[in-house]
Amino acid sequence: MTESAKAPLLATRSLVKRFGSQVVLADVTLEVPRGRVLAIIGKSGTGKSVLLKCLAGVLVPDGGEVLFEGHPLGATAVDTAPGTETLAAFRRRCSYLFQGNALLDSLTAWENVALPLEQATLLPKTEIHARVREALRRLELETDATRYPSQMSGGMQKRLALARALVTRPEIVLFDEPTAGLDPLRRNAVFALIAHAQREFGFTAVVVTHDLPEALAACDHLALLDQGRIRFSGTPAEFSTTADPVVASFRDSPAALAKNIAALRAGAALSADLG
Amino acid sequence: MQATPVKYTRLDLAVGTFVLAGLAALVFLAVKIGGGALVAVDTTTVRARFTNLGGLAPGASVLIAGVAVGQVEKVELDERYAAIATLRVRRDLKLPADTFAAIRSSGLIGDKNITLSPGSDDKLLQPNELITDTESAVDLESLISRFAFGGVKDKADAK
Amino acid sequence: MLSALGQSSLRIVSEAGDLARFTFRGFYSAVGSRRLGRRLARSVYEQGVRCLPVILIVGVFTGLVLGLQAYHTLNRFGSSGLLGPLVALTLIRELAPVLAALMLVGQAGSALTAEIGIQRNSEQIDALETMGIDPFGFLVAPRLLAALIVFPIMTAFFSLVGLIGGWLSACILLPLAGNVYWASIDNAVKAADVSECMVKAFVFGALTIALCCHNGFNAHRRTGATGARAVSASTTRAVVFSSIAVLAADYLITSLLV
Repeated sequence: MTESAKAPLLATRSLVKRFGSQVVLADVTLEVPRGRVLAIIGKSGTGKSVLLKCLAGVLVPDGGEVLFEGHPLGATAVDTAPGTETLAAFRRRCSYLFQGNALLDSLTAWENVALPLEQATLLPKTEIHARVREALRRLELETDATRYPSQMSGGMQKRLALARALVTRPEIVLFDEPTAGLDPLRRNAVFALIAHAQREFGFTAVVVTHDLPEALAACDHLALLDQGRIRFSGTPAEFSTTADPVVASFRDSPAALAKNIAALRAGAALSADLG
Repeated sequence: MQATPVKYTRLDLAVGTFVLAGLAALVFLAVKIGGGALVAVDTTTVRARFTNLGGLAPGASVLIAGVAVGQVEKVELDERYAAIATLRVRRDLKLPADTFAAIRSSGLIGDKNITLSPGSDDKLLQPNELITDTESAVDLESLISRFAFGGVKDKADAK
Repeated sequence: MLSALGQSSLRIVSEAGDLARFTFRGFYSAVGSRRLGRRLARSVYEQGVRCLPVILIVGVFTGLVLGLQAYHTLNRFGSSGLLGPLVALTLIRELAPVLAALMLVGQAGSALTAEIGIQRNSEQIDALETMGIDPFGFLVAPRLLAALIVFPIMTAFFSLVGLIGGWLSACILLPLAGNVYWASIDNAVKAADVSECMVKAFVFGALTIALCCHNGFNAHRRTGATGARAVSASTTRAVVFSSIAVLAADYLITSLLV
């Protein structure tokens, strides 16, 4: 127990993942600090979601390993073998918020939230009832308990998925682009929600995101994934000061855009003058 | 309050009705149409020797005065190449020892059956006793069918 | 050319092996699955209750047409008394299990392939995994078990309704005596015929629903199609392969049992 307490909660060692001939993750070594919010950022298509799915044991890595409290996760394809003890323990203590929410559309909101408790725990019915009601209340969904996911707006579905992820009181929550397709206000709200829930429950969070300003504001750690490797890992403060060109290009892209547009406008003004 | 939506009970009702009606249909099919395999009737066997069964197969009916009283259980050859049919019949028949057995058809090309004609002997046939007073199949229909339809095989063979 | 043949036969064999393992996992995972009864009831509803009308309609018309065809043929030989056995044996030994299975594949099998395929597509199956729920126990086991309940029942319904259809056409629309029809059926149909019928129903049920679940479950592994097209391709494949499997298995079982 002491050994596992010392080991990082979740870590990867030289993780490799290929799809056919395409190498998505070349060599990813990453530690997820316990009790903190880690943001994984990077360009689209650099395998952030793939990395998260490997962390969750949904994808089976082609090389390297995922360590949960120092033990190999031992994920296998679901239809070949039932997973290891470590994987089962990990599943009990981890939740995953999918990019597309992955709510079961044949079940109502209530049933969706109750599902992980009913199927994967031995809690008594009254306890399940209380927890589901609490989770729905916390995410302001009490009045929508009998509605189906298809009858809800995108934001409500996101909240419902979050309720389902948090109802098991997980120690680790993996967020796959929780703000994809949301407007800036909702984006902030989601990050605030994650940060608040994290403070309240003390779980460890890994957030895959594109939204750099929000990530800088709400996360304790940042990791930049580039070309299948971790290019940078550190605190937001370190991120703002590092001289790494890739990080810099990421960090300075709004400024670069502003400069670009300014130049464009100046050019347009110039040509207007000429005309 | 909304934990168990009401529609599950309606679904359960529909499923329950379906399964019960289905089981009834299955039992009906097996018992009524399928020849009472599940109904235990007290039976006994007698045997009958024929020189020619004419394609009579196990499962054929055993009739007395046109009433079904049993089935042909198996068909085999004895050491003198005569056919021995084992008949499973109701035990309560009390067949006399001089019962006569004949192979008949239910129609021109219909199923073969064995028709028993009880005699008047006071002695009764014992279980598994051999009936030797028999009339074999007249292979009429194969003659007729060959004549009438040209090469149509005996329907009883095809079963 | 030759290597392509070898490759495709290798693929078929390994696919069959995969299907067998899938089916075994599907049944086996029923053991540890919680609240299976509720999902089983839903599956019986979807495969059974919802498909009942089409089974009854197809059954009646099959019987009607059998009676009609057989009456005119048999009547020429003056043996319309054989109509009952002909209709009954054709239905019970062949048509009821085969046609019921085909109708169920068309209505329930295709629907469940599409449903599971979409669940795969929208990461619902991955979500079950991350929640520590065995997707086999949750999605596959109830459907396989339901098939073992539904297919024999549907086959029995189909047979009985078909017999009534045969009676309708031969005895109501045509001048055959009703008691001749029923009595000759009673005489001709043996327990072995009914058990052959039930063996077929069980095998067809397990085979087709396993094929449908398998295709939906692996919708993401279809090469050459993604997203909605993968689901539609999987559904098509499920229906086509199930239909072929029913007819092939029918021939095998018949040749083994008769």
